[in-house]
Amino acid sequence: MSIRERLSGNEAIAFAMKQINPDVVAAFPITPSTEIPQYFSQYVADGQVDTEFVPVESEHSAISACVGSQAAGARTMTATSSCGLALMHEILYIAASNRLPITIAAINRALSGPININADHSDTMGSRDSGWIQIYSENNQEAYDNFIQALKIVEHKDVQLPAMVCQDGFITSHAVENIELIEDAKVKEFVGEYNPECYLLNEKQPMSVGPYDTPSYYLEHKRQQAEGMKNAKIVALEVAKEFEKISGRKYGLFEAYKLEDAEAAIVIINSTAGTAKDAVDKMRNEGKKVGLLKIRLFRPFPAEEIAEALKHVKVLAAMDKTESFSSQGGPLGAEIKAALYHEEKSPKIVNYIYGLGGRDVKVEDISSVYEDLYEILATGVTGETYRYLSVRNQEGK
Amino acid sequence: MAYNLKQELSKPERLAGGHRMCAGCGAPIAVRGVTRAVKEGDKLVVGCATGCLEVSTFMYPYTSWKDSFIHNAFENAGATMSGVEAAYNALKRKGKIKGEYKFIAFGGDGGTYDIGFQSLSGAMERGHDMVYVCYDNGAYMNTGIQRSSATPKFADTTTTPSGKVSTGKSQGRKDLTQIIANHHIPYVAQTTFFRNFKDLHEKSEKAIYKKGAAFLNILAPCPRGWRYPTEDIMEMCKLAVDTCFWPLYEVEDGKWKLNYIPKKKLPIADFLKPQGRFKHLFTPDNEHLIEEYQKEIDQRWEDLLVLCGEKSL
Ligand SMILES: Cc1ncc(C[n+]2csc(CCOP(=O)(O)OP(=O)(O)O)c2C)c(N)n1
Ligand code: SF4
Ligand SMILES: [Mg+2]
Repeated sequence: MSIRERLSGNEAIAFAMKQINPDVVAAFPITPSTEIPQYFSQYVADGQVDTEFVPVESEHSAISACVGSQAAGARTMTATSSCGLALMHEILYIAASNRLPITIAAINRALSGPININADHSDTMGSRDSGWIQIYSENNQEAYDNFIQALKIVEHKDVQLPAMVCQDGFITSHAVENIELIEDAKVKEFVGEYNPECYLLNEKQPMSVGPYDTPSYYLEHKRQQAEGMKNAKIVALEVAKEFEKISGRKYGLFEAYKLEDAEAAIVIINSTAGTAKDAVDKMRNEGKKVGLLKIRLFRPFPAEEIAEALKHVKVLAAMDKTESFSSQGGPLGAEIKAALYHEEKSPKIVNYIYGLGGRDVKVEDISSVYEDLYEILATGVTGETYRYLSVRNQEGK
Repeated sequence: MAYNLKQELSKPERLAGGHRMCAGCGAPIAVRGVTRAVKEGDKLVVGCATGCLEVSTFMYPYTSWKDSFIHNAFENAGATMSGVEAAYNALKRKGKIKGEYKFIAFGGDGGTYDIGFQSLSGAMERGHDMVYVCYDNGAYMNTGIQRSSATPKFADTTTTPSGKVSTGKSQGRKDLTQIIANHHIPYVAQTTFFRNFKDLHEKSEKAIYKKGAAFLNILAPCPRGWRYPTEDIMEMCKLAVDTCFWPLYEVEDGKWKLNYIPKKKLPIADFLKPQGRFKHLFTPDNEHLIEEYQKEIDQRWEDLLVLCGEKSL
């Protein structure tokens, strides 16, 4: 029997970590992910896990220690946010290129500056090209489920890449909601033992990790890494199937919500999807054919499947909770446009930047996006494709 | 068993020959000197910061390291080894590892005194059972001889060039050995290649087999950066020690001990003179700089004598 609880997103992650009982956790506090190492070190202090907890002096050292530990043959994880993830940046690439299946609980928070502790996706979007798998979560339940599934994806022999499991800071990391937890024994059986093929502490076969790589090999090494990322898509679906057996909950590469017959749709990431679903329901009641697609896997980006799910839509808004300063939109916008480029009848696409630095997004805000889309439908004119949602103008209006 | 260099040299090397360091480089001599103190049969994981040593000993698909080896980045050898050691503790506790492992991280002065300083300090403070070895050649050699905080005063480097209005690096050296000693870890020592390598060997042995964090600072000359004849490496080290530029001492469980007091303390000019990087000091106009240098050396030596109980205030 599953366990009914009320937990915040951070508690849910810490609880999943306890159930997994990893070999090593190395972490450094930063709002809003601080609670995860706090809860976890209490589990260590109370003997509820056998983990070595390394209370490092920075996030740079957190991820550096994770690289050492995972390379040594230990199942390793950490948690961070915002500036912490940015400080890890250099080492994220090294972890991925060394094919080390480390897991990060990434609690999304705006990057400085100005310094701001609230949710947006500038932190994880800033590391989208680092070679890490990225899985996004709408609520605490998804964060918990995704974290457990992530472990099985990253350690799969065809993948062997690290992953960050993302959720919105405060909005889901701190808000307490109902959650269904899986029994300890089932989680342990699901994730299994970590038995890497090659590792530093293999008594029978020493190994060297982290070579100087010349132009004669570097390209092939990157190609192999990219292959692992491609495989992650297939593996994520296999793992989701297995996960459904122990949880009863279904996961795909993304979630399509009332999308089948939709003429106007939005694509969105993390907690705002919940708000957006309310907007969809409201407008459906008014007879409008609206829907949404919520990203789960952003890396690898399941472009073909997303294109298939969206190609019948007439007009589409990609919602970016981050800037890219390209002056034409955000990273999600760019991916969505690229995914639909090959469709003969691609929808008209606009890209909104919204909710930066934790700016509240209400049902009405999302409804206004759908109204904008209907305006495009009615007039046939797309207009400006790079838009800001609910931003005040210079006069403060 | 009494130390015997010949016998030590007959042991199998843990760093294979055929690596790509320059002939006469101090870094691989330091590595061999340290790793020879690991008992045969004991397993070892070596860590290394980016620098000459790393890029020259592990170029894909070849490695010179017979033990397990990990290079992560330039500034994080301390943290990386912390992770390896933590993994060992966890896996050992779970019964997944049977044998005894030792953990040694190597970093150049750049990777240790400068960019990796925080990572090292953290690893030492947390007390991981590991040895961090700095092979100090007094500059960023791998990127072409730029100054570091270990570069001696007045050295001509590519970022502190001597010129019409410059006499080389204007600052003195950071005293990292003392800084790490003030972390109050079980063992800290400063050494170099001296006489029959007994000093280096015994300090390595203590550092490796004493439980907890240990730090070794090894002066490891770089003939390219220092500009002296390659074959004179032992002479350079001897001059560094006899001028008290590089005193041999250790701090064991909080007790400071000077391991060598020169019978005749040589003037610092004797150490500076053979090195091309100090050539600009040996002109009639710059004599006062050598005097200034001598004062700094004397002051630091006096302070160390007090710390080591050889002299009272
Ligand atoms: C973050 C980062 N900054 C700069 C470099 C470039 N870099 C590589 S090695 C090195 C200097 C190494 O100096 P040191 O640690 O003294 O070792 P040595 O080369 O002298 O043996 C520098 C500047 C780098 N690899 N990473
Ligand atoms: S440049 Fe200096 S430190 Fe680097 S390999 Fe050559 S001698 Fe050694
Ligand atoms: Mg150096």
